[in-house]
Parts: sequence; C-alpha cells; structure tokens
Amino acid sequence: MGRKLLIHNDHIPNIHTLAVYRANGGYASVEKALKTMQPDQVTDEVKKSGLRGRGGAGFPTGMKWSFLAKPEGVPRYLVCNADESEPGTFKDRYLMEKIPHALIEGMITSSFALGAKTSYIYIRGEYFYVARIVEAAIAEAYAAGWLGKNILGTDFSHDCYVQVGGGAYICGEETALLESLEGKRGNPRIKPPFPAVAGLWGCPTVVNNVETIAAVVPIVNMGGEEYAKIGVGKSTGTKLISASGHINKPGVYEIELGITVEDFIYSDEYCGGIRNGKKLKAIVAGGSSVPILPAALAITTAKGEPRLMTYESLSDGGFLTGTMLGSGGFIAMDEDTSIVKNLFTFSRFYHHESCGQCSPCREGTGWMEKILQKFLNGTANESDVDLLWDIQSKIEGKTICPLGEAAAWPVAAAIRHFKHEFIEIAQKKKFVDISHYDRLNKLVKA
Amino acid sequence: MKVTIDGIEIDVPKGTTILQAARMIGPDVAPPTMCYHSKLKTSGGYCRTCIVKVTQGSAANPTPMPKPVASCRTEVMEGMVVENTINADVLEARKGVVEFLLMNHPLDCPVCDQAGECDLQNLGYSHGAATTRYEFPRREFERIDIGKYVQLHMTRCIMCFRCVKVAEQLTDNRVHGVMHRGDAAEISTYIENVIENEMSGNVIDVCPVGALTDKTFRFKSRVWFTKPVDANCDCKKCAGKVRLWMKGDEVLRVTARKDQWGEAVDFICNECRFEKKKTSDWKIEGPSHIARTSVISQNHYEHLNELKLQVMKQQKALGFMDINKRP
Ligand SMILES: Cc1cc2nc3c(=O)[nH]c(=O)nc-3n(C[C@H](O)[C@H](O)[C@H](O)COP(=O)(O)O)c2cc1C
Ligand code: SF4
Ligand code: SF4
Ligand code: SF4
Ligand code: FES
Repeated sequence: MGRKLLIHNDHIPNIHTLAVYRANGGYASVEKALKTMQPDQVTDEVKKSGLRGRGGAGFPTGMKWSFLAKPEGVPRYLVCNADESEPGTFKDRYLMEKIPHALIEGMITSSFALGAKTSYIYIRGEYFYVARIVEAAIAEAYAAGWLGKNILGTDFSHDCYVQVGGGAYICGEETALLESLEGKRGNPRIKPPFPAVAGLWGCPTVVNNVETIAAVVPIVNMGGEEYAKIGVGKSTGTKLISASGHINKPGVYEIELGITVEDFIYSDEYCGGIRNGKKLKAIVAGGSSVPILPAALAITTAKGEPRLMTYESLSDGGFLTGTMLGSGGFIAMDEDTSIVKNLFTFSRFYHHESCGQCSPCREGTGWMEKILQKFLNGTANESDVDLLWDIQSKIEGKTICPLGEAAAWPVAAAIRHFKHEFIEIAQKKKFVDISHYDRLNKLVKA
Repeated sequence: MKVTIDGIEIDVPKGTTILQAARMIGPDVAPPTMCYHSKLKTSGGYCRTCIVKVTQGSAANPTPMPKPVASCRTEVMEGMVVENTINADVLEARKGVVEFLLMNHPLDCPVCDQAGECDLQNLGYSHGAATTRYEFPRREFERIDIGKYVQLHMTRCIMCFRCVKVAEQLTDNRVHGVMHRGDAAEISTYIENVIENEMSGNVIDVCPVGALTDKTFRFKSRVWFTKPVDANCDCKKCAGKVRLWMKGDEVLRVTARKDQWGEAVDFICNECRFEKKKTSDWKIEGPSHIARTSVISQNHYEHLNELKLQVMKQQKALGFMDINKRP
C-alpha cells in the first residue's frame, strides 16, 4: 500500500467536522507554524519538499511563493483555485467534500507563510453543495479560534472567504479567476504583470490549487525533507488522481508519485483493470487538455522504459511520444472507443468555454468543432484531417491564455497517434456511432 | 534601450513596446494592428495580428521567448532581438490570424459603409489569402441602434474591444460592453440601452471595421467620393480638431483626425461630430494627409461596378450572401 497524506482519513465518520478532524491530528500544522516557526521557514520547508502545483502546470510551489512581491503597507492575498472544471478532473471536489478542514488548515498555514491576512477559496458554480460544506467548516474554524483575530494568541490574524463562481471553465485560469473574484467578467488578463506582483485588486497574490494548499499541511508536519523522500526525482510526494473511463474502479486515488502507469491501471489497489475484460486502447493522463497516448506508449516510453506516474516520465518523449501529468485527470479508454468521437466531445467543450478575447481561440475552437462534426455526420473528406491539423497549429502558442493550447493539443495528439481512424471515416469505411448523442438530445429536450 | 527589429537597431526609452519601437523605425517593419490604439489605455493584445518572434529576450538573458508575443503589449528589453517580416513562422502565424478574423466576417465590402477606410479590408489585401477554407454559415446579427447617432452591426465586429475601452475611459455611466463568450460574444448595450454621453461618438472612430457607424452619414456616399479636409473650431467640450469629409461645399461627415496608423489623434465630442455639418461651423485648415496604405488612396475602388462584379463572382464561388441585398 502506498502512503497517503491527504485523504488517509476519508473513511472516518464525520471527519468533515472540526471535532473529529481535530481528534485525528488536525490543525497541528497551524500550531507548529504559528508557535514555533517564522513565515520564511514555512516557505523554506515547502521549497525543500519539492512540491509542485497540482492545478495542472506543475510549477514549483516554494518558488512561486518566494516570487511574491512584499511592498510595505500593501496587502497580500492567497487565493485557492477550486474551480476544477477540466473534464476528467474531480479530485478537489472529493477533498473538499470529505475533509474540508484539510483545505482550511492549509489555507491558514500557507497564509501565515505568505503574510496574507485575507484569503479566498474560489469554488466553481456547479459545486454549490461543496461550497456549503466548506462554508460550514469555516464557520466552525472561526468559532474555535482557528480563524479570526490573534490565532492561538499570536499576532497572526486571518480571514478566509468562500466565493462561488458562475460555472465557467475559463475562471480556473488564474487571472480570469481574479477578475471574476473582483466581480468582473472572467476574462484572462494579459501578462505580465503576473499575480505575484499585481494580482487581486492589483495587490501581490498567490493562486494555488486546492490540493497544493492541502499538501502544505503534511509538509509542515513532517518537514520538507521527509516529504521529498516520497516520489521519484523532481516529482515528490503524493498526488490525487481522478480516475475515470473504462476501468473497473473509477474514483479518486492518492498515489505516491512514481508508481507505474501499468500498476495504476491494472492493480486492485487502484483502477482494477479495464472493465468487461476489454483491452486498453488509449489514456488521457492529466485532464482533457493533455495529449492522448495510445496504450503501448502509455505503458512504456519510446525509450522502452516503464512509464511512471511522474511529471518527468509522463512527459518523456515530448509531445511526439509523451504527454503530461497535468491535473491528474486520468481517463482510460478501451478498444471500442472512437478517438474521433471522443475528440469531438473535447473540442465541443473548448469551443463552448472559450472566453472570446483573442481571435485564434475564439474562431478556431468553433471551426475545429464544426469540422469534427462532419466526421460524426459522415460528410468529412480526407483533406479535413490536414485542415484540422493546420487550424490547431495556428491556435497553439498564439493566444492570450493557455486555453488555446488546451484546445489545440488534444486535436494534434489524436491526429498524431490515430490518423488512420480519421482517414477511415473520411473514406466512408467506418462510421461513428452517434446514437448516444441522439439519446442525450432527447433527454435535454424532454 | 537598444532593440533590433528585422535587423535594424534603434534606441528607445524604457517602457516602449516592441510595436512602438517598430513604428519608430517605419511602416516597413511595423507589424499590422487591429486592436491596439495609442490613445486608449490597456488596448491591444486581443486580435494577435501584431505577433512577432523574440529571438533574443535581452542582452542579460539571451534565450528566445518560446511563443510569439503580441508586440503591442510587450515592452522591449535592453539588447532584445525581434523578427517580424523576416521570420517565415511569424508571417504564417499572421496569415492564420487574418484567416480567423475573416472567417466569420461577411466580407460584403461593396455594401459596407466602412469600405475604403477599413483596417480589416486593408489587412485582408496585404496579408490575407485569396480564398477561404471556412465552409460553414457565418455569424449574423440584427443591426441595433444605440442612441440617436450610432448604429451597431455585430456581424462585422472583430472583437477588438476598442469601443469598450472608449466607453470605459471616455464616458461615465458605462452601458456598453461585452455579452456572452467565445464566438457567441457580442458587443452590446445592456438590453439595447442607448449611449447618451458627449464622447460616445468616438466608438465610431476607433472601430476598425464597419460594425459601429455614423447614422448621420450611413450610405450618403462612399468615402472615396468625399474629400477629407482638416478643420477646427472653438469647442468647450473637446479640442475641436476634426476632419471634415466634404462633397463639393457640403459637409457629409465629421470624424476625428487619424494618424499614419489609422488611430484617432484627438477624440472629439458628439456636438462637433454630429451637429456641426455646415462649412460655416468650421475654420478650414487644408486638405488632410491620408496614409498611402489605405485602400482609399490605392484606387482599388475607382471602378466600382467592375469591382462589384468581381466580388460577386468570388462570393458566389465561396457561397457568400448576395451583395446586392441592401443591408
Ligand atoms: C483554461 C484553464 C483552466 C484552469 N483551470 C484550473 C482549475 O480548475 N483549477 C486549478 O487549480 N488550476 C486551473 N488552471 C491552472 C491555473 O491557471 C493555475 O496555474 C493554478 O491554479 C496554479 O495553482 P498550482 O500552482 O497550485 O497548480 C487552469 C488553467 C487554464 C489555462
Ligand atoms: S485563449 Fe481563449 S480563453 Fe484564453 S483569452 Fe484567448 S479567447 Fe479567451
Ligand atoms: S468591415 Fe466592411 S469594409 Fe471592412 S472588411 Fe468587413 S465588409 Fe469589408
Ligand atoms: S464594435 Fe468595432 S470597436 Fe467594438 S469591438 Fe467590434 S470591431 Fe471593435
Ligand atoms: S494589435 Fe496587438 S494584439 Fe491586436
């Protein structure tokens, strides 16, 4: 059994309440940090831990914290990104729903390190019931003195607020999130300046994912060096993986970074293999935006090494033969899956979620969806495959925010590894079964 | 700060953007722009027409920037090296941007009020491909009147956000902004509210296309049949420095003066723009200088009927709407 640091207590009844959480060692990191450490020492432990952002980009958290500008007399903010909208990702919801105090404890300890007197948890609109759970936990924390003035009798005071979003994927992009938090339209900002210098209301701000902030708790408790012993290379610690698709046991798993992909898919501890005895066809390892990998490359890298669940191993081979760990949204597809249909679903999502600020993403995402629709209708030509390839290449890297890439990469990877499926459909040798959409449409109309 | 653009070195003050530096060198190396406007704060960065490749970030950190950058929103660094017209990738990427901008655009210039002074038309001529690869129906919207003087036709809008910046920065009580998102986004006033503000007419001048037009001028004349002259008056609300578009002795239209890059020099008030349509209202300074890059001065429209035929043929081939259907 791998070690668990984040959701090890998820089976304990009423662990969502402060009393039970506290009885199981909760809020120890706040006591340790506030009573025995200086803020910079907390940041140092996070640096030593090698923790990397769990929201998708994998940026080293300690380094991000040390970039935070600290001008005199200007407030600083910690903002928790709980917008979790990437298709295939649902780990933050699990953590907040089951153990909300783990996030609140992380918020307090991290805010102490950053010198932030105020923090915000920005929760996606569809998670309204999760927001209620987190709000209830915050109220408990205030009542017990973990939040508010002079926490534990020290001169550190802290307020934490929940803000519910409108339910837009783009509001997970950190600067769009800040705009939305300020009450404006959730449009990504043009960078620089970065939030570390001018974030919320123009003040220095750190934006971190739910899981990143929750991981600060065990790091402070056990020490950064101990934490860094878990994992492989620059992928330290544990990671929550949202496992879905054609597997026997979908769900949220906490893994030690460094287990093999094969182990993750087939072992009984995790996904328990492909359902109905089917063969694995492909995986999307880190949420819908990362490149899809065919089964062979998912299990073994191009170099012939076993593929590991780490930032480095998953990206081994670049985009030609590799992918990304991303947010840990792991989707397994069996041999019956139509890659083209799956891509259509993803492309429709990005088209729907584009904010519309920059021309390549605003126009290109819709165009790609329309062309993919032709494959579903059976009206596509072979030249449409080249056109799709060209459009994605004209979006990638030319946009304001990474949603452009998130829309382009899945298209590129599907064509790179499964071009024959597109060609077969274009040549009318195969058709996509779209009865599923008909059923869905009927449901929507009903 | 020393910066090199397409092999030409120039010394510019700190805080200068790549675009401004390129414009200082001259129009041959200056990237085309659609959404940047020198008189509007935080404009630019949206359309991506002006993207360039930074092959050396700075003298201190010579690594190239991984992605092309929007030159209008990127400040130069000491020793930066930039490639615009000499970089094949930049030109290819720009072609892509132009295709995206034209993709959902009606391109019915012969019946569009903006024709002849349209940045998109100019961009299409200089950087566009001859045909489109987009085969699907294009976005269409109803025209809406936003107040007495201004008409909005979203069908032609390219989402440059300049009018939104005008509304934000020149008028109070903003009722004009963006609704919806992605390719469903539209410029609008909240529930067809009217804009009633002394400076609201400036949205017409900053609109690079025919999406926001002057109702007092619409379809009175093609711009290339009018003669631009610079004129001024004593105005309490604005600087009163305008451009009159005349036909004989008649003032058909009043606009702000535009610089070499097509950007308004001084914003003007609605009274100057819409109410002062007599020559006696103005002190005439003399004929205006019009940029040579403009379609107006390139005589593309000298033979309107011939052109209409050509365009019709092309549109038919591409399955566009009928241009004889009067908008
Ligand atoms: C379109 C888009 C959506 C995103 N959605 C999320 C999200 O839902 N949750 C999240 O934590 N990060 C999301 N991110 C990444 C954030 O911008 C940011 O990198 C992250 O919150 C940083 O936290 P971390 O360093 O702890 O990973 C998204 C990025 C983009 C471009
Ligand atoms: S890339 Fe897409 S989502 Fe991001 S700013 Fe541009 S239009 Fe908006
Ligand atoms: S706005 Fe009018 S003139 Fe400009 S390209 Fe479009 S149709 Fe042509
Ligand atoms: S209406 Fe004109 S100025 Fe406004 S965003 Fe559209 S193109 Fe730009
Ligand atoms: S002019 Fe620079 S992005 Fe539009």
